[in-house]
Amino acid sequence: MRAQRRPIEVIAEKGIEFLIRLCGISAILFVFAIFFFVFREGAPMLGKIDLGKFLFTQTWYPTSLNQARYGVGALIVGTLSVTTLAMFIAVPFGVGAAIFVSEFCGRKTKEALKITIELLAAIPSVVWGFIGLTVMNVVIQKVFNVPVGLNVLNAAILLALMSVPIIVSIGEDSLKAVPDSYREAGLALGCTRWQLVWRVLLPAAKNGLLAAVLLGVGRAVGETMAVLMATGHSVNIPHSVFDSVRTLTATIAAELGETSEGSDHYRVLFLIGILLFSITFAVNLTADLIVKGIRKK
Amino acid sequence: MTKNTHLKWVLRLSALATLAAGLLLAGCSKSDSSGSTGGGGDKPSAGEKTSIQNIGSDTMVNLAQAWAEAYTKVAPSVSVEVSGGGSGIGIAALINGTCDIANSSRQLEPEEVEKCKAKHGHEPKEFMVGYDALSVYVHPTNPLNEISIEELSEIYREGGKIDKWSQLGVTLPGGNDDIIRVSRQNNSGTYHYFRETVVGKKSDFKLGSRDMNGSKDVVELVSRTPGAIGYSGLGYATKQVKILKVARKKGGPYVQPSIPTTLDKSYPIARPMFMYTPGQPPPHVQKYIDWILTEAGQKIVEESGYVPLPKK
Repeated sequence: MRAQRRPIEVIAEKGIEFLIRLCGISAILFVFAIFFFVFREGAPMLGKIDLGKFLFTQTWYPTSLNQARYGVGALIVGTLSVTTLAMFIAVPFGVGAAIFVSEFCGRKTKEALKITIELLAAIPSVVWGFIGLTVMNVVIQKVFNVPVGLNVLNAAILLALMSVPIIVSIGEDSLKAVPDSYREAGLALGCTRWQLVWRVLLPAAKNGLLAAVLLGVGRAVGETMAVLMATGHSVNIPHSVFDSVRTLTATIAAELGETSEGSDHYRVLFLIGILLFSITFAVNLTADLIVKGIRKK
Repeated sequence: MTKNTHLKWVLRLSALATLAAGLLLAGCSKSDSSGSTGGGGDKPSAGEKTSIQNIGSDTMVNLAQAWAEAYTKVAPSVSVEVSGGGSGIGIAALINGTCDIANSSRQLEPEEVEKCKAKHGHEPKEFMVGYDALSVYVHPTNPLNEISIEELSEIYREGGKIDKWSQLGVTLPGGNDDIIRVSRQNNSGTYHYFRETVVGKKSDFKLGSRDMNGSKDVVELVSRTPGAIGYSGLGYATKQVKILKVARKKGGPYVQPSIPTTLDKSYPIARPMFMYTPGQPPPHVQKYIDWILTEAGQKIVEESGYVPLPKK
């Protein structure tokens, strides 16, 4: 039997417990504080602006001397087009890589791949943007013979590369969570490996994979620096993947530093912040609910 | 499984945090600099290093840095901290009281003077420190050599009629006929000046231009894009772009931007560059500005590719 604890130990224990609890709660506090701050700065504009016009017109002239117009329609379309195309590229690659890492490759390759994929996640977004501006710009111009290489395609490729690591690591987790008995049963029935993956593992892990993709979407919607540099930053409804666009995030990044506090322009930028917050919140919530769905099974 | 759940949590939070951090950063960029405003109020005491916060115009940032560097030899006890971002950022800092000197490539609007007065109790003081010839750049392979203000306006103005190179009478090698308009972000001093003198004071830019965040980026993008046209300070010219001659009217005398053509006002889109202080500057700031206006300071203007003030 161990000796009775000294009072100091009991206090230390309690103290540490309290600290850890604080760390846990702080994440929630931060999110709420940020939401509160963004909402407080943006809300006064809600009464002054016609929300329909704000969301659905595409004339973004925040500093016009003639008549300031705040229409973010083109910016929303810009964000959506870049994100959608990015997911079309990232999902096959990400899910494919997750399947390979989890099911097909040997131990050594697996370790090497995982480290490399984590490295991909560690590259700062401004570096991606720089690659987009200098390398991809010229490559896209040459390969597709288009007049300008800063466009939806350029940004989508960058965003795809940035969200693949998330899709791979979560996708691999959810594949690993499929019980081995499924695999054994499949193999015992004479499945080929392909049949095993396609007919057994993917249906079993589909919720986890969907959550992985949605988190990738969240990453892509919220990304700022790379898209600011690679999209061409042009208020424009794209008609093809070779058109330049502008995203919601990039607009905030480019303009917020220069507005005077409390001006309409400043508040509208925070309104865009609220819009973005709602989008990512919805995406994250969906991912969350889906993950919960798996656990219940 | 718990390990996986943790990982998921971390990733999920990080996705949220990316957005949150972006917003926070943008929000903080102002309050950050507010911590370092002491430079204006501190009395310089012997042996101690005093600092001058100098924020603003992206057009002037190279020049401001050259000045700051040279000034360390003149007055080693003063360090001038220069940051760019755009005239809008400098003026916002001037109004919010977070800088000692704001650089601006445009004059303050009356409304901004009022705001500054309301905040600090006196009008900001203006110092003209040099000129910049706003140059129009195209790709070197573009056969076009000259352009008029009217044509530039048709290219850039909302509702303007020119959007093909063939309308200007040139054919680009490679066959792309669309004019790729390169512009600046909507709070840049260069953007404001260009709107006022070229596009038309009461008009707006045509949407769909590529809005770059810096003077250098404009030149960079034009140098990599055969069909592009862009405007930026003369100081940012490189060998990879071609500078167009500009005329006030179509057919009128086309003028190359240079020091003499800026000073005799024959080049139509040259503009003065300003430094603003919130009210009468403290002695160490005044000394710095005085030095900028001396021959030594003005020589640096010329060396950096801008146009010095005419000699008295």
